[in-house]
Amino acid sequence: MTATCPVTIRIQQDDFDIAREIAVLTQSRTDIGAVVSFSGICRADEDSAKVAALTLEHYPGMAEEEIKRHADEASSRWPLSGVTIIHRVGRFMPGQNIVLVLTASQHRQAAFQAAEFLMDYLKTNAPFWKKEESATGTGWVEAHARDDEAAARWTRS
Amino acid sequence: MKVKYFAWVRERVGKAEETIEPPATVRTVAELIAWLSGQSEAYAHAFEKPKVIRTAIDHAHVQSDAAIAGAREIAFFPPMTGG
Repeated sequence: MTATCPVTIRIQQDDFDIAREIAVLTQSRTDIGAVVSFSGICRADEDSAKVAALTLEHYPGMAEEEIKRHADEASSRWPLSGVTIIHRVGRFMPGQNIVLVLTASQHRQAAFQAAEFLMDYLKTNAPFWKKEESATGTGWVEAHARDDEAAARWTRS
Repeated sequence: MKVKYFAWVRERVGKAEETIEPPATVRTVAELIAWLSGQSEAYAHAFEKPKVIRTAIDHAHVQSDAAIAGAREIAFFPPMTGG
């Protein structure tokens, strides 16, 4: 049986409530056996500098479409029962939430792998940019080669 | 066509978006970047390392050899750092 895979994508300034989002994803469903959640949180320690705040900018329209393409790709690769992706934009302090990925499936393997796939692709392909404020000044965060490598391992030959 | 700029590309160009009319000889993304770079110091600074610049046509990622014919919206931005 192929379960339907509802996909929810939101880009917002407001915080999210993980428990509430999981409840929404699983309500009225008895086919879901596993939900994996990933939260990305604003971190104070970046290399050697202490980060005071991060500002997230995005490309409205494309960001939603690009995340939707990734979610569709994930649901074609794994038997998913639901996906929720929330990415916040605006200015954040260390400890505040930035991104949430929820993947639901009958079994845990698909949910774990799809969540990891979605985050790896989101970091390298979704049009968001971070600007960092620290004691030494303000500057745009540079992309890391390790993120490209993480995304590349999902490429199908 | 409409052109949008994000993050430090936007800061260097000095605007978030504009409408441009490049000559017909400008056919690809790489040629558009070269043409824009010749328009002013600000563009030249934004596009000084063309290989670093990422491009989207109508909300989809493209390579620098992509044709721009028929594009409604072209966006230029640095490598993405979301998540």
